[in-house]
Amino acid sequence: MKSTVVNEVRLAFPSVSANEAFARSAAASFCAQLNPTFDELSDIKCAVSEAVTNAIVHGYRDALGEVQLSMKITDDRVFRAEIKDKGCGISDVEEAMRPLFTTDPENERSGMGFTIIENFMDSLRVVSAPGKGTRVIITKKLSMLPRVKG
Amino acid sequence: MLEYENALKCITSGKCLTVYLEGDIDHHNARTVRSRIDTKIYIQRPEELILDLSRVNFMDSSGLGLILGRYTKAVELGILFKVANPSPQIRKILDLAGTERLIKIENIPLREQRMY
Ligand SMILES: Nc1ncnc2c1ncn2[C@@H]1O[C@H](COP(=O)(O)OP(=O)(O)OP(=O)(O)O)[C@@H](O)[C@H]1O
Ligand SMILES: [Mg+2]
Repeated sequence: MKSTVVNEVRLAFPSVSANEAFARSAAASFCAQLNPTFDELSDIKCAVSEAVTNAIVHGYRDALGEVQLSMKITDDRVFRAEIKDKGCGISDVEEAMRPLFTTDPENERSGMGFTIIENFMDSLRVVSAPGKGTRVIITKKLSMLPRVKG
Repeated sequence: MLEYENALKCITSGKCLTVYLEGDIDHHNARTVRSRIDTKIYIQRPEELILDLSRVNFMDSSGLGLILGRYTKAVELGILFKVANPSPQIRKILDLAGTERLIKIENIPLREQRMY
């Protein structure tokens, strides 16, 4: 059965690092309507933070550009986010997604961003090509625990 | 002894320096925190460095990079390095990177922590 979209939001902001905290807080606020668990919320915040940080530090490196964060929730309690940049792109996506792979070890990057996203979310898809920018699509289905109303 | 070294909260006990990281550790602020810690350890030259994470609300791979980077620095300088009190969420990140093979991770019970 096909799910229907319950709510969606689109944000666009310049690639300045102060927006990393803004983006993950926005994701947490948007998810709140699904009444997620603390762990689910933490996972989503971290995954969004990873993808937005990658757009800022890798996609746009020393340049300034626009980062887009589109989020959706469907009636089957699936959260979906797309993080998009029009930056340098990735030549070998499979290699980039490998644990510990980084093109930026000088700045103490550990190459674990994609690995963290993969572990914290249900799905991760990376669409990218050199000079064509990068789209990162992540989803997570939230649990349906009976909750005590406070 | 409690002191604020460039807004870095730390406690020195004998030759052991404990740094209390706070708030969000992400790419935006990792560089500042990094240079504050490094300045502190170069000046003080402790025998042991503990990064206490109990007050960290949020951390992503930039925080992981910060921790691994301080570990590398500590090894270079012959300083014993430990991480204390990561939240379950931070622990997941540390475990994903196989951090425990390199770094001792301790959970110090609250009553044994030196408070300030
Ligand atoms: N939006 C992007 N644009 C261009 N390259 C990217 C983008 N996202 C990721 N990459 C490439 O993929 C590599 C791996 O990304 P990943 O997030 O896993 O590690 P990292 O960012 O290098 O390190 P860490 O996330 O641990 O700080 C990066 O080093 C970079 O080369
Ligand atoms: Mg990254």
